[in-house]
Amino acid sequence: MTVSCRFTVNGSPVYGHFAPMRRLLDVVRAECGLTATKEGCGEGECGSCAVLLDGALVNSCLVPIAEVDGREVTTLEGLRTDDPLFAAFAASGGTQCGICTPGMIMAARALLNDCPHPDLSEIRRALSGNLCRCTGYTGIYAAIRAAAGQGGE
Amino acid sequence: MHDDDRSGAVPFKEAPLRKDGTEKVRGTARYIADVRYPGMLYGATLRTRLPGGTVVSIDFDENIAWDEYVVVTAKDIPGVNAVKMIEQDQPVLVEAQYRHAGEPVMLVAHRDPQALGTALAAIRIEERACDEGPVFTIEEALRPMTRQIVAGNVYRDYCMEKGSVARALGEPCHVFEGEYQTGAQEHLYIEPQGMIARVEEGVLTVEGSLQCPYYVHAALVSMTGLSADQVRVLQCATGGAFGGKEEYPSHIACHAALLSLKAGGRPVALIYQRAEDMAVTPKRHPSRTRVRLGADGNGRLRFIDIDFVIDGGAYLTLSPVVLSRGMIHAAGPYRCDHVRVRGRAVATSHPPFGAFRGFGAPQSIFALETAMDGLARTLGMPPEVLRARNVLVPGDLSPAGQGIEGPLDMHRVMEEALEASQYHAKVARCRQWNAQGQASRRGMGIATFYHGAGFTGNGELALRSRAGLRVSAGGLVEILTSTTEMGQGMQTTLSEIVAEALQIPYEGVCVARPDTRDVPNSGPTVASRTCMVVGRILAQAAYKLIARLRAGAALPSAYDYDEFCAACARLHASGDVATVMADYQHPVDSQWDESTFQGSPYRSFAWACYVAEVEVDTTTGEARVLDFTAVQEVGRVVHPTVAAGQIEGGVVQGIGYALFEEVHFGTDGQMANNRVTNYIIPTSADVPPIRVLFQESRAGAGPGGAAGIGELPMDGPAPAIINAINAALGTEIRHVPAMPEHILAAMDRGHL
Repeated sequence: MTVSCRFTVNGSPVYGHFAPMRRLLDVVRAECGLTATKEGCGEGECGSCAVLLDGALVNSCLVPIAEVDGREVTTLEGLRTDDPLFAAFAASGGTQCGICTPGMIMAARALLNDCPHPDLSEIRRALSGNLCRCTGYTGIYAAIRAAAGQGGE
Repeated sequence: MHDDDRSGAVPFKEAPLRKDGTEKVRGTARYIADVRYPGMLYGATLRTRLPGGTVVSIDFDENIAWDEYVVVTAKDIPGVNAVKMIEQDQPVLVEAQYRHAGEPVMLVAHRDPQALGTALAAIRIEERACDEGPVFTIEEALRPMTRQIVAGNVYRDYCMEKGSVARALGEPCHVFEGEYQTGAQEHLYIEPQGMIARVEEGVLTVEGSLQCPYYVHAALVSMTGLSADQVRVLQCATGGAFGGKEEYPSHIACHAALLSLKAGGRPVALIYQRAEDMAVTPKRHPSRTRVRLGADGNGRLRFIDIDFVIDGGAYLTLSPVVLSRGMIHAAGPYRCDHVRVRGRAVATSHPPFGAFRGFGAPQSIFALETAMDGLARTLGMPPEVLRARNVLVPGDLSPAGQGIEGPLDMHRVMEEALEASQYHAKVARCRQWNAQGQASRRGMGIATFYHGAGFTGNGELALRSRAGLRVSAGGLVEILTSTTEMGQGMQTTLSEIVAEALQIPYEGVCVARPDTRDVPNSGPTVASRTCMVVGRILAQAAYKLIARLRAGAALPSAYDYDEFCAACARLHASGDVATVMADYQHPVDSQWDESTFQGSPYRSFAWACYVAEVEVDTTTGEARVLDFTAVQEVGRVVHPTVAAGQIEGGVVQGIGYALFEEVHFGTDGQMANNRVTNYIIPTSADVPPIRVLFQESRAGAGPGGAAGIGELPMDGPAPAIINAINAALGTEIRHVPAMPEHILAAMDRGHL
């Protein structure tokens, strides 16, 4: 059985017939060819697959594609190319092995969209669904504060 | 200063951008799961389920069209059925007898992952258990009349002795004794392991997530019987490793290669799901350490007597070298005339334990540093005073008999750690807090330790590492090394070293992809050796390149980058070789006796003093780290952000090791909580402010006096945190992880 779904990914329309329980993660990676979104655990714990769904942060490994019908998906590739988070993560030790980085940046973008000048406790809370095994998070906090300081919207 | 700001002594500016930064923040770095080939098949592994036994038969459901599938068993192995490691004891695929649950028996591949799942469920492996029951703990392994996995269940039994503990025991002194335990630890790199194998132009080509390309290459050559130039290994962007991608990638590479060879060279991807990765790949060795310390009334150590045992699991893998490193670090950075360390690696029915950042040292250092606090209590002496009385200073001999050379000053490291953490003021404040009878208790804990960089003893000599530089006509210098980037910042650090040696801008240097057809074997990416050992070889290569450009391309004696580029263009135009290689040079004065563990085990150490402030909820038993200070003497900081990132990340892994990360083993001996849901690593909500400070003696053996720092930060957090908990509660907790239930039980014993 398949369901037809129509949605947008980074502003581009997507229409297709999918197994209804197909994960948004797989559609984004395999069908749309957008591989910045990573799979770390496949059960919604690590946040490596985080994307924005109608602007809200979700783990795409837990979203069946049938739920995406009529909605807007934003992946890392869909952020503004001059988003200050990119330069800040690269410069402030916000990325090491890089596998969590796209999800971290999406979580940070979701935070800054709601709260342009977060304090540390707000940053920590906003990242608590995204695991990083390399940085100890310190460099990620520094990156987000730097990006916010540059007036990241 | 905000308490969350980085406040290292080194300013966080003027540092060049990470070489791999842009591709990682933009999501364009290609990890193995991002690689696709036309016609690629997907593979899966069928495994044993019993903790040791015999595979009796394999049955295939007749309703499956098996001719659509690629099926591989041990019979398909063209070469040696063993994963090449220290000993060839671990089969690539089980033939009949096996030692643990989770051993690979069969491989299946299909172009459709869903069809693959159906087929896996239609294969039945019939197994017969061993007559004797499995062995799951160090105690069980050493008991007589148990299953003998190897003779006596002991892989190695080593002894390191300096002076005579037996003689020291005959003299009067204050003695403290304790038994300490550490659990297994899962790496939980966020990228699961995976490989893709294919045959390209007659060459077996395997790429994937890995630390050590030439380990994988050697394993493939041995298993296939192909010649070295018929096998090619490439590294993809690697999403964390921490030692966990040192050994096991060889297994997955062999499996993917077998499937591809049987499929006529078609590409086959073997990429693990998280649960499989956690169940079958190696973890940190569990350990049991008995420590006996003797000191005079002034706290001077008279003897250190240690019995260190690690659980190696069902095959030898890297356990002898993990054991050796653990033993060498077991007696700490202390001056003591009489030291005895016995070390054993035992065999159990668990999947083999393996390399994990620190490599045996976190286990033995946890035991010693927690025991040092016990000795301090026995003597009625503050723990920092006991340590200051005993730390090695220039002119002393280490427990291995290595002469300590200046300008190292461990007292200055300790002083800075105590000051930066406001240790004395906070000890007083904790005392006041605890006297108020609140629902929590607070304590300060300390650990002093060192970690040796590079392979132990003559190991670097045996590796015979080689690295090189290749220069383009445009003046771009490419580093040729099998050392891999796995997040630790190797591309950035080595590029800085080469740029400095060539006196050209950092932007003029890049790192070639690790590809065994293109780069020389500069050894594995392990043992905190990259900066010190490979960096030094590359600096030598840089000097050779300058000499060649001067001799053959008229590079002036003083030059700017434009003149350097012009000389490179002339070198190319003249047809001269644009690649230079340099080899590892072993110091002639370095002696190491592997039978007695005496001599110079490491050319350089990083030295550290870590301080933890901890609060324990006396109702729930939950311990929380409030503040952490990490001061280390590392020779030289090459790149401040990269170096700080290593320490910050290592400290957080150490916090997890101390408080959260508990591997539960099922009745089959495999990890039972093999999910990110129930194996808990620190999140951003669990991490305290971490103050990282560096001291730079410039005395390391690496470029500009650098030592190695990758593993160091894994050693100190666990003892500092447990010492803080014991100080807060008046308990004697002697194991990690200290979960809330353990802390509550310890409080009950202490009648708090």
